[in-house]
Amino acid sequence: MSGALTRIYALWLRHFYILSRSVPRLLEIMYWPSVQMILWGFVSRFFALGGGGNLSSLDIALGTLLGAVLLWDMLFRTQIGLSLSYLEEIWARNMGHLFVSPLRLHEWVAALMLVSLCRALIGIVPAALLAIPFYGFSIFDLGLPLLLFFFNLVLMGWWLGLLITAMLIKAGPGAESLAWMTTFALAPFCAVYYPPEVLPQWMQAVSEALPAAHVFNGLRALVADGVFLADRMAWAFGLNMLYMAVGFGVLQLAFNNARKHGTLLQAGE
Amino acid sequence: MPLSAPAADMPAVCVRELTKSYKSVQAVAGISFDVARGSITALLGGNGAGKTTTISMLLGVLTPTSGTVHMLGRNMATERFAALKRMNFSSPYVDIPKKLTARENLRVYGRLYGVRDLEDRIRALAAELDLGAFLDRPVGKLSAGQQTRVSLAKSLVNAPDLLLLDEPTASLDPDTAARIREYLQAHCEKTGMTIVLASHNMKEVERLCDNVLMMKRGRIVDRGRPADLIARYGRNDLEEVFLDVARGTGRAAEAPQGDDHHARAASDSEGQVA
Repeated sequence: MSGALTRIYALWLRHFYILSRSVPRLLEIMYWPSVQMILWGFVSRFFALGGGGNLSSLDIALGTLLGAVLLWDMLFRTQIGLSLSYLEEIWARNMGHLFVSPLRLHEWVAALMLVSLCRALIGIVPAALLAIPFYGFSIFDLGLPLLLFFFNLVLMGWWLGLLITAMLIKAGPGAESLAWMTTFALAPFCAVYYPPEVLPQWMQAVSEALPAAHVFNGLRALVADGVFLADRMAWAFGLNMLYMAVGFGVLQLAFNNARKHGTLLQAGE
Repeated sequence: MPLSAPAADMPAVCVRELTKSYKSVQAVAGISFDVARGSITALLGGNGAGKTTTISMLLGVLTPTSGTVHMLGRNMATERFAALKRMNFSSPYVDIPKKLTARENLRVYGRLYGVRDLEDRIRALAAELDLGAFLDRPVGKLSAGQQTRVSLAKSLVNAPDLLLLDEPTASLDPDTAARIREYLQAHCEKTGMTIVLASHNMKEVERLCDNVLMMKRGRIVDRGRPADLIARYGRNDLEEVFLDVARGTGRAAEAPQGDDHHARAASDSEGQVA
């Protein structure tokens, strides 16, 4: 294994050790997505009954709402997983040791991304599997497009996580609530449960610039009309690449700033 | 681009005109010093003297305002990672993850430093530092002395050529502190490792260190061997010298502060002071 991969694996291992021995932590990661799924499953049923209760309207309601719930949670869990992995180092007062080792910033970021993806999958996969016996809804039936939706939302979770981590490095762990708030502040613009057309004009403009809005539009088009909007996915991917570069750049600036002001060695609660 | 090999004849630490300013405050004011390979050197000074700021710059986690730092022949501004592979650090004020066991911490840090035959290395360190009884217990559940030993094992996991220690025996009982000092001394003699440490414990510095850099208000105000400093100031021990320097009394009052007056003379005569 190359030096960079070994260092990324080392950091992954550090988080694996914590998660693997803490059943309450694992249950907490799985708990919220499952509860959300169960709650929104009933809401979907209710909407489907309003639409006449036929099989087609139930499928569409489950597909658009429950699918959106699971995919939105994927985005949120990826972002919060990345931010929490950083906060974990802060709470452990361990940042100083990490950055006096040969660990490069991009390796640290890669490790945070890997850990956040694992955390998100631990949360979402059980919820997605539970939806099958509960509502007869399998998100996996979406097939290949699901992978593209998933990939784009994970990318968005990562760059949001990088931006939030940069803010936490700058503002200190006192600003921890940012990690939980920021993605939800974007939820109305992401048009998770409704088409962007219902938004006021200025919100639609913001929505257009967010990859998630294109993904959720794509999900609705696929479930309701059986159409895969490839151009939307390509646009979302392009936006994600742009924001990923911005996210890493901002994190690098925050890190350089922390090195300039000497806050890395003392970073802690 | 591959890095060129560092000059083997360069000192372990080579600092020139190193300055760190925060707005109008100068935390470190243009200090220069060398640390010879295989030596143990202490940075001494009161609170706010600039010791931790200096150590942070040596470690590359704090960017200097001006000046240069070479560690093991590598310029820390351009070749930081090449130097960091061969260095390590321990401080009671920077924790290692307490939810991980001692063994898990050593596995994580061993991999970060690219240690080969890691399990063998962990076994060897556990034997040398007597960690066996608590190697598989979470670090947070260990006593202060045990945690210090684990932290020391972490700092030695890559068999560094250069070790930086901040208050290595802070909050330890005298017996544990003495064991740690003896271990470090023996380890240096055996491996040729260089140590730079910051400490408030004058007895420790007297016993352990070959050289001392005395800092005050961001400057090196004196330097030399502990015995030479004690003789030069006409005092009984290093603590009295420290008080003279800190308060500007005794011999320290006879020369202007901050010009490193004795140091320059000593440096000229010894070539490489610290």
